[in-house]
Order: sequence, then structure tokens, then C-alpha cells
Amino acid sequence: MAGALLEMRGITKTFPGVKALDNVNLTVNEGEIHAIVGENGAGKSTLMNVLSGIHPYGSYEGEIIYDGQECRFSSIRDSERLGIVIIHQELALVPYLSIGENMFLGNEQVGFGGINWDLTYQKAREHMLEVGLDENPRTLIKDIGVGKQQLVEIAKALAKNVRLLILDEPTSSLNDEDSLNLLNLLKRFRAERGITSIMISHKLGEIAYVADRITILRDGSTIETLDNTESAVSESRIIRGMVGREMVDRFPKRESHIGKKALEVENWTVYHPLYTERRVVDNVSLNVRKGEVVGIAGLIGAGRTELCQSVFGKVYGAKISGTLKKDGQEITLDSAADAIANGFAYITEDRKGDGLVLSNSVTHNITLSRLQLVSEKGVIDKDKERHAAEDYREKLNIRTPDVEQLVSNLSGGNQQKVLVGKWMFAQPDIMMLDEPTRGVDVGAKYEIYSIINRLVGEGKAVLLISSELPELLGMCDRIYVMAEGRIVGELPVEQATQVAIMDLIMQASKGAKTTWTN
Amino acid sequence: MDKLKTAFSKNLKQFVMLFTLVVIIVFFQLMTRGTLLKPMNVFNLINQNAYVVVLAVGMLLCILTGGNVDLSVGSVVAFVGACAGTLMITWKWDPYLSVFLCLIMGVLIGAWHGFWIAYVRIPAFIVTLSGQLIFRGLTLIVLKGLTLSPFPKAFMSLSTGAIGNFLGFLDPGSGLRNFTSLLIGIIMGLVFIFLELKKQADRKRKGYSYDSLMVTLVRGLVIAAALVYFFWLLACYIGTPVVLITVGIVLVVYSYLTSKTVMGRHIYAVGGNEKAARLSGVKTDKIIFLTYVNMSFLAAVAGLIFSARLQSASPQAGTGFELDAIGAVYIGGASAYGGIGTVGGTLIGALIMGVLNNGMSIMGISIDMQQVVKGLVLLAAVAFDVISKQKISLPFFTRLFSRRKAA
Repeated sequence: MAGALLEMRGITKTFPGVKALDNVNLTVNEGEIHAIVGENGAGKSTLMNVLSGIHPYGSYEGEIIYDGQECRFSSIRDSERLGIVIIHQELALVPYLSIGENMFLGNEQVGFGGINWDLTYQKAREHMLEVGLDENPRTLIKDIGVGKQQLVEIAKALAKNVRLLILDEPTSSLNDEDSLNLLNLLKRFRAERGITSIMISHKLGEIAYVADRITILRDGSTIETLDNTESAVSESRIIRGMVGREMVDRFPKRESHIGKKALEVENWTVYHPLYTERRVVDNVSLNVRKGEVVGIAGLIGAGRTELCQSVFGKVYGAKISGTLKKDGQEITLDSAADAIANGFAYITEDRKGDGLVLSNSVTHNITLSRLQLVSEKGVIDKDKERHAAEDYREKLNIRTPDVEQLVSNLSGGNQQKVLVGKWMFAQPDIMMLDEPTRGVDVGAKYEIYSIINRLVGEGKAVLLISSELPELLGMCDRIYVMAEGRIVGELPVEQATQVAIMDLIMQASKGAKTTWTN
Repeated sequence: MDKLKTAFSKNLKQFVMLFTLVVIIVFFQLMTRGTLLKPMNVFNLINQNAYVVVLAVGMLLCILTGGNVDLSVGSVVAFVGACAGTLMITWKWDPYLSVFLCLIMGVLIGAWHGFWIAYVRIPAFIVTLSGQLIFRGLTLIVLKGLTLSPFPKAFMSLSTGAIGNFLGFLDPGSGLRNFTSLLIGIIMGLVFIFLELKKQADRKRKGYSYDSLMVTLVRGLVIAAALVYFFWLLACYIGTPVVLITVGIVLVVYSYLTSKTVMGRHIYAVGGNEKAARLSGVKTDKIIFLTYVNMSFLAAVAGLIFSARLQSASPQAGTGFELDAIGAVYIGGASAYGGIGTVGGTLIGALIMGVLNNGMSIMGISIDMQQVVKGLVLLAAVAFDVISKQKISLPFFTRLFSRRKAA
């Protein structure tokens, strides 16, 4: 076994309010494929961003030893000069440029008086051959599939003389055949050229197939590194490492009074709004009862947000089919306004992107979704509005000197509470909360949990999307598990464990795994 | 002290704008040796700038919905003027019916723009640029390249001349040409002070943040005094311009619309964050559509005011008006990205533009130089806005500073 190519020692990285990485150590040997696994938010991508210089030297603590030298990258260019190339989950290709142009973007083959296109395309063709991509290098990126785009990214890395290739969820948008193709390519590079790879993945089957060693991260810390070469590491072993944290009493208790079915979704299918042949939500059926908190577990990209947004007045998706029932009555919701009028609320996961109007005051945000409650004939009763805002400020303990304060001046946790208050103000019967505690500190989390308990106490039905399994286990009465657009399991909370849920998610991609076994 | 500071920083923009307006007025008053505030010039100033205020209010709403502008308003002004000329002069139709039809025409033009912008989602810049060409062309076609005049008296009286001295019998012998005008000013001043005091008392009673009585009173008195002075100037000449009625109605209606109604709130929400607004059940398409319908409606109003003032329908009317309107809105403190801006600010912006135009013309500064100055003022106004928002953490300046320190 060759020596260490890369050593990251004691890496600690703090974002305002959050410790994303806490004394992480990682050793990658020359010529190996090293997998990094962990739950969403465990710090995998942050660690890779530190390594590639996206988070420059000085913004983190700890040291990076690469090829025997200590490195202090101040930008991604510095790391690329040493042959460290990162390929992100969201591909960084320009759709309206050709394969060749993309491959040498920022690394143009400049000749005398401009770009040497002959050389560009000739080199492009060579690298494309190496990755087994049979296309004309002048074809536009938008005209080739996602699988081939991924190959272009890798060919682009080869053009930069890559020694250490970092792939962040490389197969998340690929089908099984393309995924297998990609994994075999990594193996071939390792064998033929000694290229070292680091691969972040959620798909444990793939990892077992391709990785030499596996490092598990959890809550920003390294848990362990497992060797996959001597004897194969079992998936349950990896899962145990990923979720094995102690449960502390972080959730307020509630007495549950579960009533009749408030929301029923049947055979719900949604297609992607742009790629209309891609099925994002696949024949989903679920129900939520009054006074019940129902969770949806799943990985990012499982279709949970898309499900809720399509239910909420079809604000997402195309070719939506299926039936929707509220209190047993079939209803059709064609817009967010319809959904609100019928007692639905959807609290978005992206409070800055599509949740709040940051340039407006706390008051204006809270009343926006149901101004008719504080207005008459289209004219706003400012006193009534103000009272409503003060009321929610008090109820939700929103810390602001004044409800006339702009929301942009509030902290993340308080903004989140404004968002929740906004939807409580709308007086819904069914609340869909999408990652309601993301980016919120522990204290504010507890407060939001208490609000959820109060809501179901009032007989509202709550559908809770969360990527934090402990949160779902702590808050829900029942949990659906979603993977690849489908519901792959339903567990009452008594039977739900983190391992059981992860198992269900992994089972969903098992079908593909069997084809990889050597 | 701390309270004063926050009150000041909260209203910093308005203070600075008002202060700028006063400085500009004083400057030109001195430079023109008192011509600027001569009663006749003030009267002309109002007549010259009435259309800018009307257009700027419409433009404010467009800009609020997301920094979009309407480039077609100059051409729409000309086209509506041409329609008015054809109806009243060529066909000799009833002036009131003609005015009504012209306003309907404005709404239809707005619906045309609004359809493409809101429902087909073509950028407003492109749709209204196309409108600028289309309606300028149609103006030339309708007028066959000629100027039509004169308009009937009944039409002209809608927006030119002065309000008669119908309360002149109350004049205790002031020697003013139009005593009624002074009375209007005094009444408006008193009403203003009363409203300010009432608002202050209400806020205090309800436990909201409020300014001290002293601040309220001083502010009320200063503005009331300015109002009385303004109308006294007009009283020294032939009286209050009729067009002020239209402008006043537009200002009151749209202040109310933007600050007090659901519709107004939705406009701000769409501009502040369209996605969030849509998820909150705001019919964003409809709001954007109506904004452009409204813009062309107000362009039609401005077109009628303008052709009455010119006393003719001319094919070249309204050229460049869109830029005056857009400039007024931005100088008035609206955000170039939408969601922020007020009718009051827009009025001040329009006045700054108007006084600059008028003052420089009196001083005999050439048109070319005037454009340079207006361009710089616009840039300065927006730059002030952008820099003050970045809270002096402007990377460029800090870098400049730190480099100097190192050296």
C-alpha cells in the first residue's frame, strides 16, 4: 500500500452560529478510492470545500498536508494547480457552450492572437476518449444527457492533470447504467493511472462496490475509517456509524389526540417542470389525521419538497395527477391562493429564497398570506394588522425591538419564527412544514417544536419534512419514508428507529446494487 | 439621543432627499437672482412638470414590482395626444367623451403590454421598448406626420389656466391677484398640521413607536409654512393652476393605494420577493398585469395634460418622457431591484428634476450641459442609496483604505 497522499489534520470550520466541522481528521492514501459518508449536514461537503480552497486558508483551523507539503490554498485555482479537482453535485457546465469549450473553460488553449480552436478540440477529443465519451466535442452541453455531462466533468478534470479527484454525490442524478459506468471508470483510473479519488455518496451499495476505505462523518466529526479491501464492510455497519448518536431529551412532550383524516393524497404523481419526462413524485399515497404530526423521511432529492409543493396549489411540477381529499371531500387546488383559502399552509425550506419578503417589515410578512383577515374591501386596517403582528410576536417569542422592523435585520432563528407565524396567521387546518429547523440554533428549535405541539393540540394536521432523523423520531406520530419519488415505507413512531429508516432508504436502491456485485 | 439617532437613520433617505430639494431650490434662487421663485415662474414650473409627476407615479409601481421600467410612456403620451386631436379637432367629437375614450385607449395599451409581460413572461424592457416604437409609429400614422391644433376651449380648461378667484369676496384687501389661492394654501396647511398631530397622538395612545410632540409640531409647521408660502406665490400671480387638481388627485389616490390597500401591499411583496409572494397566495401575474395597465392609463392622463398645455397634438410629443419619469422615481429613493419606494419620495424626485430643468434653463445653460448635470444627479442619487445600504462595508472603499494604510 502506497503512502498517504493527503492528510487533513484537526480541521475545524465554523459558520456564523454553527460549527460545521469539529476537529476532523482524514487520511487518503495514494491510489485509493476513498468514500466519505454521513447524514445530510454531517459536514462532508464542507470538508471537501476546505480541501479544494473554496473555503480559503485562514477561514478554518487545522492543516492540510498534500504530497508531503503543507498547503494553504486561498482559492480553487491553487488546489487545481496541484492536481486536486472537485466535481460538485450540481455540475458546473455552461449549457450553451460546446463540450470542448466547457472542458477548457478557464484553462483556454491560447495560441497566437486568440484561442486555438483546433488544439482545443483535438485535446478535448483525446480526453473524451479516455473517459469513453463518444461524442463530437463541438456538440452543445445541453444536447447531451446528464450521464454524459458527468463524463465531460471528469474529462475536464483530466485536462487539468488531476491527481486527486473529488466527486460530490456523482451518481445522484444518474441512472443505474450510467452510475455503474462511472464507478468502473474510477476503478480503471485507479488501476491504469494511479489517480486517487474521494467520493461522497449516500448510496451505500455503490460505496461497498467501489471504495477501498470508508470514512464516516457525523455532526461535523470523524467517527471512524473502515477498510473495505480485506473484507467487505456491511451496509448495516456503515449505517450504525452514520446515525449512532445518543438521543437526548430535545423534544417537548405532548399528549396526542388524533382525530379523523384531515388530508388524504392518493396516487399522486408529479413530473419535473422542465424535464417533463422525469417523474419526481411517483404514485404517492398518504394521509394525515387531525392532531397528528406525520413525518416524511428521505434524502435530499427524494421528492419530499416536490410532493408538498405540488399538493399546495400545484406551485411546483407539471402533469400532476392524483386525488386530494380534505376532511374526506375531494378538492382541487390550482394555485397557492386556492390552497390557502382551503386551509392549507406550506412553510418552505428556503425562508430567504421563497419564504419571506426580506425588504418588508415583520408585520407585513406575517399578514401577507391572508391580508383579508385584517382588511375590509381591499383596504387594510392597520391597527388590526398591528395587533395581529404583536400577538404573534408574543406567542412565538420573536425577538425584535419593534414589529415594524425589517425582517432582513432579524437573526435566522427569529426569521424562521416569523415564517411560522405568517402561516399560523393564515389559520390553516393542514400545515406542511419543510425543514422548519434548518439553520436554527438549538434553543429556537425547541421553541419551534413547542409551536408544532401547540398546533396539533388545536386539532391541526401537521406534515413534517425533515432530513434530521432524530427530529422526526422525536416529533412525529407516524413516519413515511420516501426515496426516489416513491413512498418506500410507513412506520408508526414506536417501530421507527434511525437504522430502520436508513435501511428502508437503502433498500430502495438495492435493486441497482445487485447488478454490481462482482 | 439614541432614539433621535434611530429615528434619523430610519428616515435618513427622506431627510436627505428633502434637504437636497431645498438646497437645489436655494441654489437656483441665488443663481437666477430670484427668478426661480417669482410667482409666474412657479406657475410655469408646475405646468411644465405636472406630466412628469403623473408618469413617475405610474413608473413607481412598475419599478416596485421588480425594478422593471416602462419605456413606452413617451410614445403613449404622443399617441393619446394624437387620438385626442383626431377626435376633437378633426372629427369634432364632444371633448368629455373624447377624454373618456382616450383614457380607455390608455387602458387598452396597458393591457397589451401587461399581457406580454405578465402572462407570456417577456421581459418588460423588451415589451415596452417595442411599445415605444409601435406607438410612436402609430402616432405618425394617425397624424400623418402633421400637428393638429387648436383644441376646443372646454378641453383646455380641464388642465390649463388657474382656478378662478371665486372666494375673492373674502379678501380683506390683501392686494393679491387671487386671494382664493392663499386660502387654499392656509386650509391645506392647517389640515396637514392637524393630521400630523392626530397621527402622533394615535400612535402614542396605541403604544407604537412615535416621534415626540416637539418634533411632530416643528415638522408640521415647517411643511405647512412651505405650503402657505407656495400658494401665496401663486396668489400673487393668476392663482392655483388647474392641473394641480389632477396631480393632487393622482398623488392622494396612489399614496393611499400603495400604503393602505391589499393591492398595494401585494405590489411591494411581488417586488420584494416574487416567489415568496406567489407562495403566499398573491396572484403575481395579475399584479404585474395591472401595474402595466395602470402605467399606460396614467400615460394617457399625462398625454391629455401635455397636449392641452401645448394646445396641439404633435407627432414628436413626449420624446424622452420615460427617462424623466424613471429618473424621478430613482432619485426619489426607489430601489432599482423593486420592493422599495414611496409616492412621496417620487414626488420629491420629480420636483428635483423639475427645478433642475427650470433653473438651468433660466440660467441659460445649454440643453447638452443640462443633460450631463441630470445624468450625474441620477447617478449620485442611486449611488447614495446603494452605498448607504451597504453600511459603509463597500469592498472597493475598504480595500482602497487598507491599501493606503499599508503604504
